Amino acid sequence: MEITNPLLLTVILINFFTLGSARLGACIRIVALQGALLALLPLAVHGFSLHSLVLFSGALLFKGVFIPLLLLRAIREVRIRREVEPVIGFVPTLILGVLMTAGAFLFADFLPLAVEHLDSLFVPTALATMFSGFLLLITRRKAITQVLGYLMLENGIFIFGVLLSEALPLMVEGGVLLDLLVGVFVMGIVMNQINREFSSINTESLTALKE
Amino acid sequence: MLANLVLHLFILLLFAPLLLGIITKTKAWFAGRVGAPLLQTYYDLNRLWRKGFVFSRTTTWVFLLGPVVGLAVPLLAALMIPFGALPAPVSFEGDLILFVYLFGLSRFFTAAAALDTGSSFEGMGAAREVTFSCLAEPTLLFVLLVLARLSGGLSMNTLLGEHLLASWRSEAGASLTLILVCLFVVLLLECSRIPFDDPTTHLELTMIHEVMVLDHSGPAFGMILYGAALKMMVLGALLVRLAIPWDTGWWLTNSLIFLAGLSVLAVLIGVIESAMARLKLPRVPQVLVGTSLLSIFALVLVLR
Amino acid sequence: MLEFIIIFPLVVAVISLLIPNYQTRSWLLPVSGGLHFLCSVWLAVEQRPLRGIWLGLDALSTLVLVVTSLLFFGCALYAVGYLDIRRDRGNKIMVPCLLIFLSAMTLAIAARHLGMMWMAVEATTISSAPLIYYNRNKLSIEATWKYLLICSVGIALAMLGLLFVAYAALGSGSPASLQLDELLQMAGSLSKPWLHGGFVFLLVGFGTKMGLAPLHSWKPDAYGEAPGLVGALLAGGLTSVAFLAILRGVQLMSAAGDGAMARQALLGMGLLSLCLAAIFMVRQPDIKRLLAYSSVEHMGLLAIGVGIGGLATFGAMLHLINNALTKGSLFLAAGNIQRAYSSKRLTEVRGVISALPVSGSLFLAGFLAITGSPPFGPFMSEFTILRGIFANHHLLVGLFVLLFLALVFIGMGSTVLAATQGKAEAKTSGFRDRLLLCISPTVFILLVLVLGVYIPEPLQQALQNAAALLEVQP
Repeated sequence: MEITNPLLLTVILINFFTLGSARLGACIRIVALQGALLALLPLAVHGFSLHSLVLFSGALLFKGVFIPLLLLRAIREVRIRREVEPVIGFVPTLILGVLMTAGAFLFADFLPLAVEHLDSLFVPTALATMFSGFLLLITRRKAITQVLGYLMLENGIFIFGVLLSEALPLMVEGGVLLDLLVGVFVMGIVMNQINREFSSINTESLTALKE
Repeated sequence: MLANLVLHLFILLLFAPLLLGIITKTKAWFAGRVGAPLLQTYYDLNRLWRKGFVFSRTTTWVFLLGPVVGLAVPLLAALMIPFGALPAPVSFEGDLILFVYLFGLSRFFTAAAALDTGSSFEGMGAAREVTFSCLAEPTLLFVLLVLARLSGGLSMNTLLGEHLLASWRSEAGASLTLILVCLFVVLLLECSRIPFDDPTTHLELTMIHEVMVLDHSGPAFGMILYGAALKMMVLGALLVRLAIPWDTGWWLTNSLIFLAGLSVLAVLIGVIESAMARLKLPRVPQVLVGTSLLSIFALVLVLR
Repeated sequence: MLEFIIIFPLVVAVISLLIPNYQTRSWLLPVSGGLHFLCSVWLAVEQRPLRGIWLGLDALSTLVLVVTSLLFFGCALYAVGYLDIRRDRGNKIMVPCLLIFLSAMTLAIAARHLGMMWMAVEATTISSAPLIYYNRNKLSIEATWKYLLICSVGIALAMLGLLFVAYAALGSGSPASLQLDELLQMAGSLSKPWLHGGFVFLLVGFGTKMGLAPLHSWKPDAYGEAPGLVGALLAGGLTSVAFLAILRGVQLMSAAGDGAMARQALLGMGLLSLCLAAIFMVRQPDIKRLLAYSSVEHMGLLAIGVGIGGLATFGAMLHLINNALTKGSLFLAAGNIQRAYSSKRLTEVRGVISALPVSGSLFLAGFLAITGSPPFGPFMSEFTILRGIFANHHLLVGLFVLLFLALVFIGMGSTVLAATQGKAEAKTSGFRDRLLLCISPTVFILLVLVLGVYIPEPLQQALQNAAALLEVQP
């Protein structure tokens, strides 16, 4: 458990950074770093078993390399660098994010956790990362930042999943990661199409369909 | 007790200007220059002290009070803070509040002295300095609260006492890392270093701290320079004690470790100054809000 | 056998990419659909319960499997005709995506491991996104984006729910597992708060996929912009699969002795869906969005049926079949109408019956069926659900359901009648009813008609078995 706490804290700091930063390239890279750090968690918790090694390499490759490369390619193609005018400003989002993180920590104390997880940062970090992902999804207008929010949400769930690896056999974990990769790939294609149709990837131009 | 006080003042007064020298040297080394000698600050102080006072006819006694308070405050504050494992000579319950607001006092007088000149540039600098400092204050307070929570006391001596070593090894280590980062940012801001302020800038418009002291000269400016060095040492002492919480049990090794820590800190500042550019002014409050949030988060971590 | 019907569509999907001939590629769909249907029926008739660790079929999943497979077969047949008149858009993406979609749905239905089920449901989202984007215009890209993002996030929450359920086992000392049978066995010892939290997230996650209000916001957009046959598959097949996933949660809750709580939640969401759908259906000018809201309404009915329990559960199982087939028929007919008029809005679509006698009549018949008019199947199933509601003394719920159903009938009726009746304007394109585009919706509606008057004994038995799975007491 020694190494996991700094890892998880870095994950939280990355949440804050992503919430407060306008530079898309930096955001993508830092979320990639988050994914790579998370890949270390199974090793740190379960030691070097086949399961954790495969999970480590899978998560590292998918979350840390392939998906970020896809997204970086996407922003290169649509030529955008910054998130401008989020629905809620960067500093207020950041404040909300920290409040929610604090809330996650307080809330985790009320949860009936298993004895071995009482003092660990796993559950609060998972909750906080999911909240941050949600915030990103809600407050940003660029399609790419919304995808980042989705990724962060998945990262949060991944953290929780590390605690339960016996319930998730390799076949399932692999499938989940593959789903994520293909999902982001399809989202990337759709994003490209959005850019072609609307000459921007602002999701606020997607408002034609309503009652 | 008395020996302790003498040693404290000796370290403080003698070595403070050296920090500035180390920073400059590091920057020069990064830029591939030889740079000014390590002891340049001492020469500068000596030179300034030998000059006479020049006062503008529009200024009043407030103008002189700025540098005087600016020198006195770090001296007082230094008495309350342990230097490494050397305990602080002056200590009482609740002195952490005094510690924080002593710096507020010095800022008030520096700003008042700047306003006293009637120069628009100095007024602008004062406004910026006060704004940024007031954003940095919550960070410092929350950092001290984290320490207070961990130690269970309210004086600087207890805050930075024996418990630190145990705290680092416990769950609170994460919090301590966070507040270390926050403190470092506060240090950079309070000592007007890059990326918040550039002490070597030449354009009044871009200055923050330097613009306030443009009109001071001679011994008054010397006091300001010395005061700034002392302030860096005091804030640095906080950081160094946090980062190096060991006690060897012998005063000489303790002070040597402390000084070595301070030197490393000065080199670090030099590296940052060489590697980073100044932040745009509107970004500064964002960063400071960020560190405040970080320190709040650190507090939440130790509270749970 | 089960593995076969999951894997062979994938193989055919790969083969379809290698086939250069347009028509041959299209025909791969009904051929695989037919094979899939035959195998599914064989699996169902054989009635040997398959209980593997990973894959298996119980009464519930068999029911959903056969319905989905039949629907897919019909849609695949329709697709041949449809793709023939859409040569401008091609079928190089449509055919493999449909086949992968079929495979993912089958896997989701047959999975005995909840993690695997989750994975398959997410795969259905991804593989159906290109299908919604088939028309490649601004509106369809918007619909696709919303569908992709909302459903992905929803499904992510379902994953969290699953993890909560797995965590519930940790406290009891037994090893955590997401294998359904193992979970059901140790349901009694699961930690209650985690199980409840898990169920809520499962309901929210798969509810998003199913389109229960208030998580239905993607549904009108996606169904409205997708081609008719994709709408039919989503509204009839995918929603049933998502419903099955929710039912797994209900099963777990029942086994743990908290079935009442799960039912309350379902009942609440069902009523809300019914209410919101009814409101949005009144004066709805777009026939496909109208169908989407109708889908929300019927998902609500399913939820209410299971939420009430007893006889109503049986009704809900029957309604699952009726809804899938009727929706299939309606969406396929609506697709034909849209082709003919190059529009799906009431301002252009007028006098469908005179312009397209078969599709128009099918649309009208489908409307009558889906709103629960006798003698169609949905009448029987809705009536059964209502009987269940009143038999359980939920008087208020029953009255509300009746009120909303009436509102839906009026709202939907005004739009559908305005579209089908009257004189067609001359500007319709050269599109005419053709055999391949009419045969499957006709068969669907005939099946629904048959179900309305007579339920065969084996089906009755199957429905009862499925309902019994949900009525298990700890």
